[in-house]
Amino acid sequence: MPKDGGIGARSKRREDVRFLTGRGKYTDDIQLPGQTYACFARSQVANGRIAGIDTTAAEKMPGVLAVFTGEDFKDVGGNPAGWLINSRDGTPMKEPKRPVLAHGKVRHVGDAYAAVVAETYEQARDAVDAIEAEIEELPAVIDMASALANSDNLVHDEIGTNQCFDWGWIEDNREATDAAIKSAPHVTTLHLVNNRLVPNAMEPRSSTGSYDPGTGEYELRTTSQNPHLTRLLISAFVLGIPENKLTVIAPDVGGGFGSKIYHYGEEALVLAAAKRLGRPVRWTATRTEAFLTDAHGRDHVTKIELATEKDGKFIAIRTETMANVGAYLSNFSTATPTFLHGTLMAGVYSVPNVYVNVKAVFTNTAPVDAYRGAGRPEATYSIERVVDKCARELGIDPIELRRKNFIKPDMYPYTTPVALQYDSGNYDALVDKMEERGDLAGFEARAAESKSRGKLRGLGISTYIEACGIAPSNLVGQLGSRVGLYDAATVRVNATGNLSVMVGAHSHGQGHETVFPQIVADMLGIDESMIEIVHGDTSKIPFGMGTYGSRSLAVCGSAVVKATEKVITKAKLIAAHMLEAPGEEVEFEDGIFSIKGTNKTVPWGDVALKAYIPHDFPLENLEPGLEETAFYDPANFTYPSGAYACEVEVDPDTGEVDVLSFVAADDFGNVMNPMIVEGQVQGGLAQGIGQAMLENTTYDENGQLLSASYMDYTMPRADDFPMFTVDHSSVTPCTHNPLGVKGCGEAGAIGSPAAVVNAVIDAIQRGGKSDLTHIDMPLTPARVWAAMNA
Amino acid sequence: MYNFELVKPKTIDEAVAALADEEAQALSGGQTLLPTMKQRLAAPDRLVSLANIAELQGVSATGGVVTIGAAATHATVAEKAASAYPALAALAGHIGDPAVRNRGTIGGSVANNDPSACYPAAVLGSGATIVTNAREIAADDFFEGMFSTALDEGEIITAVKFPVPEAANYRKFIQPASRFALVGVFVARFADGVRVAVTGASNDGVFRWSEAEKALSGDFSAAALEGLSVASDDMISDIHGTAEYRAHLVKVLTARAVKAAG
Repeated sequence: MPKDGGIGARSKRREDVRFLTGRGKYTDDIQLPGQTYACFARSQVANGRIAGIDTTAAEKMPGVLAVFTGEDFKDVGGNPAGWLINSRDGTPMKEPKRPVLAHGKVRHVGDAYAAVVAETYEQARDAVDAIEAEIEELPAVIDMASALANSDNLVHDEIGTNQCFDWGWIEDNREATDAAIKSAPHVTTLHLVNNRLVPNAMEPRSSTGSYDPGTGEYELRTTSQNPHLTRLLISAFVLGIPENKLTVIAPDVGGGFGSKIYHYGEEALVLAAAKRLGRPVRWTATRTEAFLTDAHGRDHVTKIELATEKDGKFIAIRTETMANVGAYLSNFSTATPTFLHGTLMAGVYSVPNVYVNVKAVFTNTAPVDAYRGAGRPEATYSIERVVDKCARELGIDPIELRRKNFIKPDMYPYTTPVALQYDSGNYDALVDKMEERGDLAGFEARAAESKSRGKLRGLGISTYIEACGIAPSNLVGQLGSRVGLYDAATVRVNATGNLSVMVGAHSHGQGHETVFPQIVADMLGIDESMIEIVHGDTSKIPFGMGTYGSRSLAVCGSAVVKATEKVITKAKLIAAHMLEAPGEEVEFEDGIFSIKGTNKTVPWGDVALKAYIPHDFPLENLEPGLEETAFYDPANFTYPSGAYACEVEVDPDTGEVDVLSFVAADDFGNVMNPMIVEGQVQGGLAQGIGQAMLENTTYDENGQLLSASYMDYTMPRADDFPMFTVDHSSVTPCTHNPLGVKGCGEAGAIGSPAAVVNAVIDAIQRGGKSDLTHIDMPLTPARVWAAMNA
Repeated sequence: MYNFELVKPKTIDEAVAALADEEAQALSGGQTLLPTMKQRLAAPDRLVSLANIAELQGVSATGGVVTIGAAATHATVAEKAASAYPALAALAGHIGDPAVRNRGTIGGSVANNDPSACYPAAVLGSGATIVTNAREIAADDFFEGMFSTALDEGEIITAVKFPVPEAANYRKFIQPASRFALVGVFVARFADGVRVAVTGASNDGVFRWSEAEKALSGDFSAAALEGLSVASDDMISDIHGTAEYRAHLVKVLTARAVKAAG
């Protein structure tokens, strides 16, 4: 039986009480006295020169309080890229300024060039319609290959190219990899597209800025995954508001998936407008604005080659990728296709030569940045698709080929040719678990049954590894990160013995309010209900870096452990004083302090109370109070891994694909709350299978987003999926963090797309079309049918 | 959405009078009109709600004809027409989602004539009659192309009369995002012949596949369709499917509808 509390228990998510009963408090729910409303004028064209903006009529509209254009922000800073990438020739990446409001040019449909603040939202919107903008449309830069080839038509004229960088990883591997591929007995080549995705958080972005003229203090309530990072960007780079005069609050946030990591111009606008008006200013995105302006995900075009011996032993992997960064550099857009992608290109395999080339390309489309998985889904998809194709070419079972090339359990720590050091793993054990849970032995019988109904059944396998727990600051600093990626926690013991734990991580669906208390409760031997998590407010929490990259538990959770350890150490000193014994003789177990070899004890609550009523403390040796802060900077990434199996049925008459089963066997290290892990994996699978089957971000050649609403963008629905089989019983603990945890938030989205596509290719080949080796995602019926009938 | 005046007439005559204003617009279930207004793509000064007119409600079946009040929701049709005309009820029961089915109406759908809507296929495939406040219009004369019908300004559909066929079936292949019909085919077998109506596929909106009708009138079996094909020239081509794919689906779905109709 699982425990009913503490680490490993299936504790119910306490935050669900408010979320499921409509009592969540999101940015748009918070009404401030005197609040006003902003609405943005956004470009209808993908590329255009702003010849003039006449706001005269708009300013005279009813209720209008202020109108802003790019002119108002031309002297403030740009929204920066958080990661410097150097090209192969040593030159730094191109970093065109990303202004608060477009100035001079508009660069994608939805690019904001003006904003109106009015007494009501409707008035602001009416006034936006009255702004007369003269925008000369220019040819749009959409296709990445054309963008690189054509230097006459530029997204940013001042940089003279559409290429942001041309990155090699590792450049020293290039010659050896080229030579290995040239002389290899077998080379499998695959061209593929990793389709662009719109994040589609359930809650659209929303920001409310306010300003107190009496104190000079600003507050920003906003949909953020990392309020401290947002404050830093606004203070140090964009508006120059001193950090001590700016509070950023991210209250309940309805999903992020990466899209709310970044600072957006709307946040700066509402702050600047609040200062000018002396009144709070609210902006909430419409769903259309979310489609057009949230940072999108993925969008890679890749050629991958896998060289092997005749028996299937891997010799080399080489990839060339074009990565779309859109019209402006979003904060982590340069890190995503490089250090979150290129470093993973060895996968779970022992392969001596790996070389990755990534060209990042500016286009007249929405910015592209990290989205659940961020670079690692792209790496996994490329590797696991080419491995599958290789198995078919060599006539080797896809599972056997993978097993043959796995890094084996006795090889850790294992340093890959692309510079990561994996600390632990057991991929054969994961495949064993996948085979068992998915009854892979019974597949042929199921395939025969499908055939009898005129359907083609296929089985697809994928493995994955991801680098999570982002990240060791010393390592990422060497690699170009402009920020540190530690996290922080403050554990405050209240006088009556309950606790407030302030964390740098931000929960926007993950369940931190449940899991962090489980850990602290376990360490203190007290009930979870005595512990409250505080997050999302820079005036309350220590400077942590927020939530993304499956980092909350591995990094912030470690900080919680460290701070709790400090609390226990201090509490032992207080207990020693109370029990009149030396500190080193105090033991602490199940909430009771005791002295070795005696029957002297004092409970947790008495020690907590004593900390705040220190009448008899020896103050020179013992401070009052019981509150500790820890900053935790990980020694390495964590490396979750998994083996996934998908079964599909293809209808040869229509190309329709039915996903019949999906098995995910993951190694997340130690599991704190199995129920939450299952939920995280299921959500990740929905997004990954959604990418593979449904989600279809499409710009036309003029840069119009054709899939800009749910009428055309296919969001996954529950009835698109089978019941998932999720297993995380195969555990190799992380070796370098105190909980032995690896992170589970992105796994499902990383490992699943290749399994789905491999299954569909398997089904079609079983149906007799053995020359069909690839279909680009999403595998809509129309695409599958067209490929089958090509 | 811009401001507008909402009037709620109780009778057809009151509704017709309210619609005489040039800037007035009839509002039935609002499943198309309201989103369009929210997008500010439509801005009528006055909405004339047809929801409170008793004459527009109800489903009845007599003498081999099912008559459906124009303001009957899809959910109502799915329930009340189930025994009299199962294929029609099944079609209604699979439009949109429960929220749509409990607001959207047959009159609104037919008057809107969305090229991807389900109802036009049933109306044309059944050879139904559209009853308005002024006249009766045969389905074959009613649908005049994408979002276009024979209705005059201010003319209100009051009911749709469906002759009940000996056998019928509707097959819908969904557009994955909207779940409208990427292609939908309604097949109905009457004593005097077979009708096949196709929605979702054509730039001209719902149409009859006359070659298939002829073949099926002689032999009501999927085999009768072998060798037939639909030209893709006038088919819709978009991010969800090419013209060729839609043309192919028309045939696949027709065969499936015939099989299912039995």
